[in-house]
Amino acid sequence: MPARTVTVTRRPLTLIERLYVGELLRGILITSKIFWVNLWRHSLHRVGLGKGKPAMATILYPEVKRPLPDRYRTRHRLMKLEDGTERCVACMMCETVCPAYCIEIVAEERTDGYTEKRPRSFVIDLGKCIYCGNCVEVCPCDAIRMDTKILEVSAESRDSMVYRKEDLLNWEELPDGSVVDLSHRASLRKPDTEEAAAK
Amino acid sequence: MSPMAIELIYRGTLAFVVVNAVMGYGGLLSWLERKQSALMQNRIGANRASILGIRAIGLIHMLSDGIKMLTKEDWRPPGADRLLHTIAPLLSIGFAVLVFAAIPFGDRIPIQGMSGEWLNLRVCDIDLGLLAVFAILGMGVYGVVLAGLSSNNNFGLIGALRAGAQMISYEIALGISIMGIVLIFGTLDLQGITRAQGGTILGFLPNWGIFLQPVGFLIFMTAIFAESKRVPFDLPECESEIIGYSVEYSGMKFGLFLFADFVESLIGAVLCSILFFGGWQIPWVTPPADPTWGWALLSTLAFGIKVLFFTWLFMTIRWTFPRFRYDQLMDLCWKIMLPIALANLVITAIIVALIRAHGGA
Repeated sequence: MPARTVTVTRRPLTLIERLYVGELLRGILITSKIFWVNLWRHSLHRVGLGKGKPAMATILYPEVKRPLPDRYRTRHRLMKLEDGTERCVACMMCETVCPAYCIEIVAEERTDGYTEKRPRSFVIDLGKCIYCGNCVEVCPCDAIRMDTKILEVSAESRDSMVYRKEDLLNWEELPDGSVVDLSHRASLRKPDTEEAAAK
Repeated sequence: MSPMAIELIYRGTLAFVVVNAVMGYGGLLSWLERKQSALMQNRIGANRASILGIRAIGLIHMLSDGIKMLTKEDWRPPGADRLLHTIAPLLSIGFAVLVFAAIPFGDRIPIQGMSGEWLNLRVCDIDLGLLAVFAILGMGVYGVVLAGLSSNNNFGLIGALRAGAQMISYEIALGISIMGIVLIFGTLDLQGITRAQGGTILGFLPNWGIFLQPVGFLIFMTAIFAESKRVPFDLPECESEIIGYSVEYSGMKFGLFLFADFVESLIGAVLCSILFFGGWQIPWVTPPADPTWGWALLSTLAFGIKVLFFTWLFMTIRWTFPRFRYDQLMDLCWKIMLPIALANLVITAIIVALIRAHGGA
């Protein structure tokens, strides 16, 4: 592609603009107008008036949370069958596609008749996860989803960022469709039992 | 009691009140800075600190800041000069607060038994008040420069050099810009300048410096802003890049530098209102010949309102304009403000001489 030159014609500054003082004054007027309008609205809100006009763009985060879009990618959950066991068939597709190598699956034979394979352990290291959603896209049986709307994934150690199968399965869907996390960071309380059992 | 002792008691009380008022106001400025910038940018500002659930629109943050700064580690970099590194912030804040000794914040009050009978509402009656103010203000650069030099850090050194060059350059424009006022009112005494600004010119305008010296006011305000090292002129500090002279300071020593900046912007507000907005004069009100305590309070209130307005204006300026580049800063001072200030001075001098020669006011 040949280089394209765009010539921008700029209006030369008028004398008044070059004197600078007037333009400075204009700037002060703009910002101080915003200041006084916001001060007035805050004062009105204090006495319970004029709630329709917000005085700020801030969302007071821990108390007020911004509604998330429906397809917003948040913490993973593993889907369940009717009897509450995992839907995952341990096909390793998500582990293969994961660009951050944060999923680790150990498969075993399933004997309760649903499928042939199931994960003995299914570990997601959220400290590594980049929330790309590839695991959800690639899953052939819709066993993993990223629709919990859980954003506050934080921990005091790297180990506690590792979510195991029990944590990812431990949720409940409310009638309105929202997902409640019931795990309460089960892995925080008993960090090594799962791996000990796996071994 | 001897007249001397009575005067000493009153002056001591005044000094105590003034120091505490200045310190308290300086602390309030940190709250004002947060809240005003927040309102100007559609934010809400610091509001989380609370005592028993009372947030008091963010005022508690002043307390939490103080506790934080006092309890933080007081660190001195290896290789830093122990003495100079310690006294630099003290010099900075000390000179800034010392300026207020010469500031008249109200009319005089009658005192029985004192030698002078009248007590001017200022800590110390200096006839050359304006010179004293600028001399002390000029010393403030020592704190900044010593801080940068003694902390054994190149960024600190750059900041200190910038501060030295900037403050000394702007002091020249600062000094010349107020010479017009001194010529017109014929005194260097700040109380005298304030008193001379009573009455009206042309029958309807208050006899304020802003109407007699509009150009001088603009230059003075710009220069005093540069002196206080706040944002359009914050080259010595440059929070976002070099962090400047205070880079090696922590805890309350850093807090003192911050505080000195606030107090210096308060000095700017005070000087603007005294030199150009009539100080404690209430517009269109002639001060009584023998003022009472009530009038003294009223004049102090008028002064406070003017200072409050200028504080607000300075905050608005600080949060409105982007920073200068260093060459632009120097150009502004030496190529623009200094010639204009000189021309202003010469023209004022000619007009004053002509009016005096024709026996005018």
